Amino acid sequence: MYKYDQYDQAMVDARVEEFRDQARRRLEGKLTEDQFKPLRLMNGLYLQLHAYMLRVAIPYGTLDSRQMHALADIADKYDRGYGHFTTRQNIQYNWIRLEDAADILADLAKVEMHAIQTSGNCIRNISSDHFAGAAADEVVDPRPYAELLRQWSSFHPEFSYLPRKFKIAVIASEKDRAAMRLHDIGINIVKNDAGELGAAFYVGGGMGRTPMIAPCINPFVPLDQLVTYCEACLRVYNRYGRRDNKYKARIKILVHELGAEEYTRQVEEEFAHLLEQGVEPPHDELMRIIRMFEAPNTDQTAPNDIDRSDPDFALWVDRNTVAHKASGYVSAVISLKPVGGIPGDATAKQMHLMADLAKEYSFDELRVMHTQNIVLPHVRKADLHALWTALDEAGLGSPNLDTVEDIIACPGLDYCSLANARSIPIAQRISERFAETGKTGTLGELKLKISGCINACGHHHAGHIGILGVDRKGVENYQLLLGGSEAEDVSLAKITGPGFDENGIVNAVETVTTVYERERQDGERFVDTYRRIGMNPFKEALYG
Amino acid sequence: MADTLRYREDEPVDHPAVTVDAFLDQSNASAVRIEPGDDARELVPHLERLALVEVNFPAFGDGRGYSSARILREAGYDGELRAVGDVLVDQLAYMRRCGFDAFEPDQQLDMDDVEAAFDRWPDVYQKAADTRTPIWAKRHS
Repeated sequence: MYKYDQYDQAMVDARVEEFRDQARRRLEGKLTEDQFKPLRLMNGLYLQLHAYMLRVAIPYGTLDSRQMHALADIADKYDRGYGHFTTRQNIQYNWIRLEDAADILADLAKVEMHAIQTSGNCIRNISSDHFAGAAADEVVDPRPYAELLRQWSSFHPEFSYLPRKFKIAVIASEKDRAAMRLHDIGINIVKNDAGELGAAFYVGGGMGRTPMIAPCINPFVPLDQLVTYCEACLRVYNRYGRRDNKYKARIKILVHELGAEEYTRQVEEEFAHLLEQGVEPPHDELMRIIRMFEAPNTDQTAPNDIDRSDPDFALWVDRNTVAHKASGYVSAVISLKPVGGIPGDATAKQMHLMADLAKEYSFDELRVMHTQNIVLPHVRKADLHALWTALDEAGLGSPNLDTVEDIIACPGLDYCSLANARSIPIAQRISERFAETGKTGTLGELKLKISGCINACGHHHAGHIGILGVDRKGVENYQLLLGGSEAEDVSLAKITGPGFDENGIVNAVETVTTVYERERQDGERFVDTYRRIGMNPFKEALYG
Repeated sequence: MADTLRYREDEPVDHPAVTVDAFLDQSNASAVRIEPGDDARELVPHLERLALVEVNFPAFGDGRGYSSARILREAGYDGELRAVGDVLVDQLAYMRRCGFDAFEPDQQLDMDDVEAAFDRWPDVYQKAADTRTPIWAKRHS
């Protein structure tokens, strides 16, 4: 894992003092709320429906037990004893007082954490593959490149007042576990025929009210030009991204309006210029970072056998563990989706437990998934039963990874000032319904994603089944979408037809799964069947 | 009228800046004002006759002027580069890093706050248009 040196520490410490000073000037009336707002946002502080919300960065979703304990302590000390893990691998606290915010940032800085650029029209926290460093299929661990970009993008003097927010994801495998092509910049570290590593750049993806899949603008940027290429992409955006309309200000609109070819031409021109400017850190810096992400010292004699005599345990192993590059190990997913629970929420007590288990069983490492679950990346198969037992006792043993119960949901109208409808209760009702009917298992992989407004924080465009909450004449109404995916088979979901009320949407989800059960062929997932048979059979079942 | 903050030794230009279009049309102006939508690169062929470039920030949230400034410095411009308009304390340090060396804010700034803003960052992560050494260079010097 990356460890701060004195420079990194001094930078986050300076940020805490800067924010303390900004809060003071706000309270003294030297800053108007309009002037203060972008400053607090760049420190992750939102004003929500009921209170301030603080979003803390978890760079590329990686943290250690000390940091997870600190997040739990913050939940206890400053919030209501819980936190909410987000679709960009961060954590949010929902009940923060402005007066406490600087102290929280100071507590975070003590464990090499921060809330820098977790909001605002700037480069946000860099996300990555939650199985990085563990996945059997990766070309290389993508996180060092994400860390290099984290430092480059932190307090960037030219790109802190962009037309709109800017999200970057870095992966390094064919399988996309980070929704890479639905980011402003998606980077896939690849190997060319000569065996050299480079970065494929996908620019102009995103969800929101105008979802777009990012086109590849350069299939192979040499890794010693990674920062320079990003700088070129951002400069073209900062200069020419639309600022006349907030809803057309994301880079996807610029790339779409210019055309990928013309955008690429402009980037390449700027890139050629910037190569002369010496903005790229030296290779030694990349190597320094890479050395901190050394593979864990796994036990090469670790047994591969798992005692499956306990059926509940065997089910959890089948559903919630994923192949590891080291023999005798797996990555184990801790589901934050108990039936009827709030997706992504964890209590302080649960966070402490996950931290302790990471220390005991996973080389002191945890990951946050964009699907709002937690990963223990490096677990000996021989330890799985003990791990599962501890998780199960704490309500963290739900065997439902990638099933219809593993729902992504935004905070919705329960918390969010932008929302039109509630998301959380819909997620709760749906997971309860499928748990009751016992169909969760037979439906297999089924990604269900719920947003409470068109900003699409709940990734509804990318759901095999997506739900979008809207306001229809003052009443919550839910539109159903089918056929999206955020993975390597990326696609955008299409709306089925007229929306439903709260009960109706739960029934509608059940109805489309019934169509799938009737129509599916061997080995097909829900989304495969949808792609083969199209929308009509689902529409007929829904609307007759 | 708020004070202009100037971090240069030479004498200020004593005549008003003209628009980019006017500048490109007439040959004798040595001061020009860039608006957010202007392309700073249009000035690059004429840098030797420029002594002052004002970059207007009609609203502090419009960050195009940061790119304009850096582009001019990257092209070798070493005359005065002045940020004018909605220039606030919390943007000063970034502006300085992009090459601005003078600031003409609409509203008077508190000089203690200005000093604190410039002293805020012990180091920087990026190479930009100022003379500060990035952290990566210090790590491997």
